[in-house]
Amino acid sequence: MTVLENHDEGLSDNGVRLSEAGARDFFELLKPRVMSLVVFTAFAGLVLAPGALNPMLAAIAILCIAVGAGASGALNMWYDADIDAVMTRTARRPIPAGKVTGEEALAFGIALSCFSVGILGLAVNWLSAGLLAFTIFFYAVIYTMWLKRWTPQNIVIGGAAGAFPPMIGYAAVTGTVSIDSVILFMIIFLWTPAHFWALALFKMRDYGAVGVPMLPNVAGEGPTKVQIVVYAVLTALCSVIPSFRGTASLGYGLFAAVLGILFVWYALKVYRMPEGDEKMVPAKKMFAYSILYLFAIFSALMADHVIRAYGVTGGAF
Amino acid sequence: MDTVKMTEAQRKSRRNRNVALGLALAGLVVLFYVMTWAKLGAFHG
Repeated sequence: MTVLENHDEGLSDNGVRLSEAGARDFFELLKPRVMSLVVFTAFAGLVLAPGALNPMLAAIAILCIAVGAGASGALNMWYDADIDAVMTRTARRPIPAGKVTGEEALAFGIALSCFSVGILGLAVNWLSAGLLAFTIFFYAVIYTMWLKRWTPQNIVIGGAAGAFPPMIGYAAVTGTVSIDSVILFMIIFLWTPAHFWALALFKMRDYGAVGVPMLPNVAGEGPTKVQIVVYAVLTALCSVIPSFRGTASLGYGLFAAVLGILFVWYALKVYRMPEGDEKMVPAKKMFAYSILYLFAIFSALMADHVIRAYGVTGGAF
Repeated sequence: MDTVKMTEAQRKSRRNRNVALGLALAGLVVLFYVMTWAKLGAFHG
């Protein structure tokens, strides 16, 4: 029997790779921060849907949607490892850091995609499972492999992947796709460009270095700022629609309007930011507020729904 | 027969991955139990 020496790079004399990756590294592949937003919006879809789902099955649905979102994150990290290694924001991700290999990430992503879609279909219904499968496909293939490196409108179209979770949650309860679930989709869909371009503005050197055609690099700061304002206005308008449709109260509508005006105000501050500003403080503030905004809008929608459903204000839903 | 001598860090991370995989499998067992229970519960009432 021969005992082979083992070197620092994890490769033995006969080329066998010995991984030092821990469970935490695999968890990092799932993009936990993105997952938390997905869990929240999917939960909102479940709460806002008319009807009821067994709480155990609802919890399984949320778990499947979270794992499915994580799986698409792992597939994204597998494909984007080359550019992740160059950008400061992503250089410490498990693949560029050398903790997990691309093949491991790919296998992990595919396995989790299959499990999440299969279990959601078996436990809840196949429409929600189909939407989850489409979301994973959309994010991993349409956005990551195709749009991201091809068009500056990548985030506009690709944003649809992040907008599907409330629709999946809604479909888990009702087994259908309705106008109300499309409105939830549209709120996130319209919010994404304003949110992401604010980030892209102060990270544009990173994207420029790896050749990803983000709008600020391709069209310049000016047109990006205009589009941030346009999408902020559209998001603010879309967020009050549930109130006009009668699925949310007037109180929600007023709350959403105030938040929306603030969103547009932050966008206008970005618009007035001098060209070539080094610190880009307004863009950073806009990015931070955009996250708070989405959480607040969906929290308000859920609170309003619960209050109306349980007759706290005397009304029945 | 060739064997590779593992470093302490590699041994530790392998154990860590094995524990995580074991927990994930146990989680799947619980998940399928709960799923079956909830589905059958729905059928019976």
